Amino acid sequence: MENLLRSMGVNEKARISSINAHGEMGRRLRDMGLIPGTEIQVVGRAPLKDPVALKLRDFTLTLRNNEADCIVVEKLEDSNG
Amino acid sequence: MDKSATIALAGNPNSGKTTLFNAITGARQRVGNYPGITVERKEGSVSIEGVKVNVVDLPGCYSLSAYSQEELVARKVLVDECPDVVVGIVDATKLERHLYLAIQFLELGIPTVLALNMMDEANKQGFRIDHKRLGSLLKCPVVETVARSGRGKQELMQAALKHAEDRSGSWEPLEISYGVDLDEALKAMAEIIEDAQFMTNRYPARWVALKYLENDAEIIAQGRKIGGVAQDLEELVVKTGKHCQKTLDTTPDAIIADYRYGLINSILRQDVLERETAQRERIDISAKIDAVLTNRLLGPIIMFSVLYAMFQITFTFGEVPMGWLEAFFGWMGDTASAILPSGLIQSLVVSGIIDGVGGVMGFVPLIAVMFLMISFLEDSGYMARVAYMLDRALRLFGLHGCSAMPFIISGGIMGGCAVPGVMATRTLRSPKEKLATLITAPFMPCGAKLPVFLLLIAAFFTENEAQMMFGITLFAWAMALLVSKLLRSTIIKGEPTPFVMELPPYRLPTLKGVLIHTWERVWSYIRKAGTVILAVSVLIWAAMTFPGLPDHESDRFETNRHAVTTNVQNIEERQAMLASIDNLEAQAALRHSVAGRIGTFLEPVSQWAGFDWRTNIALVGGFAAKEVIVSTFGTAYSLGEVDPEESTSLSSRIEADPSWNKATALALIIFVLLYAPCFVTVVTMAKESSWRWAIFSTVFSTILAFSLAVVAYQVGSLLLT
Repeated sequence: MENLLRSMGVNEKARISSINAHGEMGRRLRDMGLIPGTEIQVVGRAPLKDPVALKLRDFTLTLRNNEADCIVVEKLEDSNG
Repeated sequence: MDKSATIALAGNPNSGKTTLFNAITGARQRVGNYPGITVERKEGSVSIEGVKVNVVDLPGCYSLSAYSQEELVARKVLVDECPDVVVGIVDATKLERHLYLAIQFLELGIPTVLALNMMDEANKQGFRIDHKRLGSLLKCPVVETVARSGRGKQELMQAALKHAEDRSGSWEPLEISYGVDLDEALKAMAEIIEDAQFMTNRYPARWVALKYLENDAEIIAQGRKIGGVAQDLEELVVKTGKHCQKTLDTTPDAIIADYRYGLINSILRQDVLERETAQRERIDISAKIDAVLTNRLLGPIIMFSVLYAMFQITFTFGEVPMGWLEAFFGWMGDTASAILPSGLIQSLVVSGIIDGVGGVMGFVPLIAVMFLMISFLEDSGYMARVAYMLDRALRLFGLHGCSAMPFIISGGIMGGCAVPGVMATRTLRSPKEKLATLITAPFMPCGAKLPVFLLLIAAFFTENEAQMMFGITLFAWAMALLVSKLLRSTIIKGEPTPFVMELPPYRLPTLKGVLIHTWERVWSYIRKAGTVILAVSVLIWAAMTFPGLPDHESDRFETNRHAVTTNVQNIEERQAMLASIDNLEAQAALRHSVAGRIGTFLEPVSQWAGFDWRTNIALVGGFAAKEVIVSTFGTAYSLGEVDPEESTSLSSRIEADPSWNKATALALIIFVLLYAPCFVTVVTMAKESSWRWAIFSTVFSTILAFSLAVVAYQVGSLLLT
């Protein structure tokens, strides 16, 4: 089931299926470790619901909602609770 | 024979790079948890086993692409200065992402040694890393370190020097396979580059080809300047790009990143990295802290409470030593007046130097306490959360979460400095958001404006000091935001920039780091006081002293004095009358001086805001450095002072002056807050943008400040008096 990153709730986990960002934005996302296949977990949202904080590759990254919209994810069941 | 070597320290922001640099060189340097705080070039030297080692601390970056200033700078140093060896600092708790940069050093081919930093934390979090195996797979030495305690730094330096000697300057680029399609294209392009000797004096051929495929703006621009095969390479890139799109539905740069991470993963899976999951889940303290500190409701409340508490603490703890310093400079002034014969020299020393510099130095304790707290917040990782929480709000005004930092450094939590604040705008990627931040950051109440506010508050708003200071800060923020919005919707329109930022884990800052950080800022303040301010103080003293009153004027005062001495019998009455004559003479002399003439010339306009000629002198001086405002007041009022023995404080003198009231004080506070940034800031702004924008900012701020000061004075006069 494919979703946009924006639709994920806090604490939900997902795997990135594709990233529709090009040029500088795409490069920045890749440099920070966001590539297809990466597992991410939404760990929080700022008080005004935006930006969103993600956990991936053992660190925490923040993205704005409109940037998160470039990222298509496949939600994962929370297996190890 | 003297041996020397150059080592470059490179790594992601928050990898502990700066801490390691401090540990190795013992140099004074700022440690920040905010991504990209190390923008400047930092160097230090140390002697290891008879070898003089020059250590260059590269700006923190995530990759060697051309995304940010930091990355470009790091790349430039590696390629153009060819350090003997690069020490890649890798945070062992975030091995996967940090190796992404390390791999790129190896691809560039420069001799590289990896420092697996924060090994203590990694072990605590349940990571088991086989560093020897990692080293043999990457074919480079790997040393475990703990920068905070200095553990492993000796071994690291030895390994680095040995590796530098082994490789003796030869670059051996690591060739990573990027899949059949890209490998073929890379090979073809590398051959073309090799044959044409295209940029090969600076970069390895395959690396240039790789950057072309990654669409690296800087390399492509350099190539176009050279011409030659650049055209052919670009055509090949387009062809490869089309092919990738058709067969794999993606772009070459995405494939390259995929393969790099793929390589890292395959290395880590070869028994390099193991983790005990249960333990890892248990120890994620940062997430637990964030659940509270960035909570929807609690987060903002805590953030504002923290900021407010900083004011209270600064005042409570800073005031006591401030009193001592004031008393000390008062005593010095008295002593100097007693020792030196009255005349020009005494006036220069007491009014020009001691009062001028003393006024500035008195604020050192206050600034020290405040920087101590700011350093703590920066180093702990909380500052990045402030940017995260404020981004949505700042974006409303056409700014970026990262604008919070330049604002805060400039004095957004009171008492910073616009010079480093303006420099900190470098972390902003978009020129438009950067420009808006750059122009509005100097509105913040910097450390040099504080004395003016404190002086006026002490004179007119004694009952609620902290509230007034807090109010001034809020007003500064409101002005900075509204003006940004105005600029971003008129002369600097444009789309917002990405907010892709790391939230570093919370760390208890090291005492050494915080102290180094604080000392640096306080010292730069003292140095400024000792040099620029001293010079300006003396200059302004001279402008206020020369030219002296013409003879016929002084004769008139002398005649009056003589008349009083002979005619008035009552001693007390006589003293009082003589004193008032002296005052009048001093004032007449000041008015007659160069500064007085400038002030008087501006008075017809400035009086709309309630500023008399003395205030004007101070404000003109304030353009050289804001600290000068208070010292000029000091000089101006002590020149009018008869008895140098009597050291009443400046604020009570101003309070007693009939030309001052709350409305004047308020108008002056607003004007000083917003008017033209000091000269040093203007120069810095010009460096960060252009002279055009720097001059625009100067003129624009002054007009804005004056208009608001006039409004405040006129309205205030109606309401407050």
